[in-house]
Amino acid sequence: MGINETLGQYSELFMLLAGVAYTVAFISFTIDLARSSKTTKAVEARSAAAARVPVLAGAGASAGMGGSSGPEGLAERPAAAKSSGGGGLTADDSMRYGGERRVVARVAVALTVLAAVIHGVGVVTRGIAAARVPWGNMYEFCTTGGLIVTVVFLLVLTRRDLRFLGTFVVGLSLIMLIAAETAFQTPVGHLVPALQSYWLVIHVSVAVFSAGLFTLTFAMSVLQLLQSRRTTALAAGKPDRMPFMRQVPSALSLENLAYRINTIGFVTWTFTLMFGALWAEKAWGRFWGWDTKEVWTFVIWVVYAGYLHARATRGWTGTRAAWLSIVGYLCVVFNFTIVNVFFSGLHSYAGLPS
Amino acid sequence: MTKTDGDMTKVKDEEPGTTGPAAKEAVLPSLGFAGMLRWAWRQLTSMRTALFLLLFLAVAAVPGSLFPQRPVNPSVVTQYLKDNPVTGPWLDKLQMFDVYSSVWFSAIYILLFISLIGCVVPRAIAHAKAMRSQPPRTPTRLSRLPEYGTLVVPADRGVSAGDAMRDAARILKRRGYRVELRDADGDRPSVGAERGFVKELGNLVFHTSLIGVLVSVAIGGLFGYSGQRTLVEGETFVNTLVDYDSFSPGTNFNPDQLQPYSVRLDKFTVTFDRESPGHYGQPLDFNAALTTKASPTSAEQKQVLKVNDPVSLGGTNIYLVGNGYAPVVTVRDGQGKIAMQGPVVSVPTDGAYTSLLTIKVPDARPSQLGFVGFFLPTAIMDSKGVAFGSDPDPLNPQLNLNSFYGDLGLDKGQAKNVFTLDTKGLTQLNGRDLPAKGIVLSPGKSYTLPQGKGSISFDGIKRYVALDVHYNPGQAGALVFALIAVAGLVASLFIARRRAWVRAGVHPDGRTMVEYGLLARGEDHRLAAEGAAIRALLEKEWLSGKDTETTMNPAAHRDGQQVPAGSDEGSVKDQ
Ligand code: HEM
Repeated sequence: MGINETLGQYSELFMLLAGVAYTVAFISFTIDLARSSKTTKAVEARSAAAARVPVLAGAGASAGMGGSSGPEGLAERPAAAKSSGGGGLTADDSMRYGGERRVVARVAVALTVLAAVIHGVGVVTRGIAAARVPWGNMYEFCTTGGLIVTVVFLLVLTRRDLRFLGTFVVGLSLIMLIAAETAFQTPVGHLVPALQSYWLVIHVSVAVFSAGLFTLTFAMSVLQLLQSRRTTALAAGKPDRMPFMRQVPSALSLENLAYRINTIGFVTWTFTLMFGALWAEKAWGRFWGWDTKEVWTFVIWVVYAGYLHARATRGWTGTRAAWLSIVGYLCVVFNFTIVNVFFSGLHSYAGLPS
Repeated sequence: MTKTDGDMTKVKDEEPGTTGPAAKEAVLPSLGFAGMLRWAWRQLTSMRTALFLLLFLAVAAVPGSLFPQRPVNPSVVTQYLKDNPVTGPWLDKLQMFDVYSSVWFSAIYILLFISLIGCVVPRAIAHAKAMRSQPPRTPTRLSRLPEYGTLVVPADRGVSAGDAMRDAARILKRRGYRVELRDADGDRPSVGAERGFVKELGNLVFHTSLIGVLVSVAIGGLFGYSGQRTLVEGETFVNTLVDYDSFSPGTNFNPDQLQPYSVRLDKFTVTFDRESPGHYGQPLDFNAALTTKASPTSAEQKQVLKVNDPVSLGGTNIYLVGNGYAPVVTVRDGQGKIAMQGPVVSVPTDGAYTSLLTIKVPDARPSQLGFVGFFLPTAIMDSKGVAFGSDPDPLNPQLNLNSFYGDLGLDKGQAKNVFTLDTKGLTQLNGRDLPAKGIVLSPGKSYTLPQGKGSISFDGIKRYVALDVHYNPGQAGALVFALIAVAGLVASLFIARRRAWVRAGVHPDGRTMVEYGLLARGEDHRLAAEGAAIRALLEKEWLSGKDTETTMNPAAHRDGQQVPAGSDEGSVKDQ
């Protein structure tokens, strides 16, 4: 099967167009966050009256529950205040869509969908042009990875209102596209023999999918840290330095959703590691050899295992767990960029001129 | 009694029989020797220690990616030590070049696994008890549970409190709960129900399987072996110790394990990309045609070996891990005798297969001969007259060599690297800076060395492959345990463990008042949905076709909050 140069060039054109669409979406999401500080003032005034009833109910409930005999679920951890406790949050803590119309946010989501479609066409044409899966070198890891990040985000958006993450996620996809087009430009080509294996399809796709999930939880954990700082400051009567965070749910609900996504990410990363080992066995004769890439895959796995443990350890939930989730993601990024580009090892297939 | 308690054994279970936190802490002050031991053990098996050990393990693994590792790249380590004479030996003392067998790395994971066993065993015992015991007693105040609701069955339905509880028990059982009907004929009958024991089971299976993976890896290290061998087209390799270029046996390796199969490389074909301009000359396919014999007496078999596609033979797997050119040369010595003839394996250094080679001719007389230089499959002259390789296919092959004579130093019994020539004790004959210049040969040509030292001819080109042979008896076990571990992990992370209680009573006016409550054990974001589902089933059972009197407030449930007691509840609560 031959290489289709022309189609490859079209693919690059689509990538550029996707980049433009992402840029506009990114700006829209940012405007949405910025505007929210204005709109929420109004919303707050309106909801103040309405809020009184549920607040009372909540208060009654917790009085009735008492401290020690409370339920066991972490989700019910009473330490962090619920959103209504003066944080001035508009986003629903369950992160389901509320009634509030956020026009700019809607536009931003529509633009993201558009960008993802164009981006998807770019990735698919690249694959067709090369007559193989479009993830065989750094350029393709970046372009396909960015697409997966966006698609995972959009999929979660269908179930939960995570639009407050838009700036973050779309910004990241944009960075990945830009990195691909500037640092990792590689023309369409065949795979080197080391990559000619069905394990490339399985192992790398699972890895990229996991990375997409970890991207979301990374963003959530960062916001969680900001939010809990802000809530503490507000509770201490300090002025609101991060008004855009009103659009963001409470630290606790961010933590809980991040945890749920991280559990899925951990399982898929476990698969990444296992499939990698199976492939290594096929390619090099040993399923584990502490090659640079294997080391970092292992490190990431252990960090997220640590995160899961932290969530079950007293004193380690909340902020510390969020830091572990962030560290885990930094390791993912490190593994993907620095290790691929600068470390030599059996996995040196980044497709970069040496 | 949340699971965020510091210790695993008490975290999840408050079953009767497990020590509560108070009892544990009471032991602390009375230290003594046994007390110290117990205290140390408790520390080691605590959740926090497990967490720290995991984080240490992650950090400790990192240096192995920063420094070259001896088991993978011994020669790079040697070079590193040469290049860094000051820091190198220190790093070596800290075992930075053997991270994964170092004392500190081993200490961390051994402690981790001891801690793990210390966690799993008591938890398994507690869970075995929990699986056999009845669901916990019905709390007095169900309204304190995170999910709570009430139903009222009108008197004309004729559902007595006992009937209602029998129905509820049946419904919950069908939903996968283990149920116990209590006080069925009393005036406050209730049902206790619990489900999701597989969650904890999954957690135990997961952690236990990790031990299995570790043991399997250890078995591989004890009884496995691996060996390397380069094989030139036409050559045969027999699976015996002497026939390997290098061999790393496991600790308990026994040479009798080797089955004497044989492998001949008939032909090695490489296809390069001639199509896409951006990747011109990049390899597309490596194909080694082999003739194998499973034992000296068995029939020959044709097999194809490729990258990512090993050949299995005699319990081992044979992998294609490298390839290159082996120029065929004939060296005659000063006396005109053939002192060496045959292919010389060269080491490719770049994508154009610019390959280094070293020829040692210890049999040459009167003085031994040595050659170093490079082989170019497609040689091109640059403007300064220096040859460089421009293509990996042999379109214009060329040998560029410098020659030496004297004592090769091979007889001193020291192991010598075949790919380097120690020029101590040698005198150079040919070279760029010498009057005789370097030797440049194309196929079929020969060159007479200066001072009557002999001659060398370039007879042709063969290809060779680098083979890795691996035997790892722990591999299958590691895979099986890893799969079990994943199954356990999924069960543990995604199954919810819940308890539910339903209680009924009859109102003085004849209505049957039912209340229910649910409690999650562990993270459970679907508890509210479960509450709603159970409610729907109960309503369908007793109230279908009727207006439902309800105290459940959907909005409150969505937020995981509960509703303060409604008016109907008062009559059934707190008898
Ligand atoms: C080889 C080291 C270990 C690894 C890789 C590891 C990994 C994990 C993972 C991935 C989970 C989350 C999945 C689950 O709930 O089953 C988990 C949970 C858990 N681990 Fe470990 N673990 C290790 C050692 C330990 C040790 C030594 C302990 C005991 C102190 C421990 C106690 C627990 C507990 C109690 C949970 C349940 C947490 C929860 O309910 O969410 N683990 N472990």
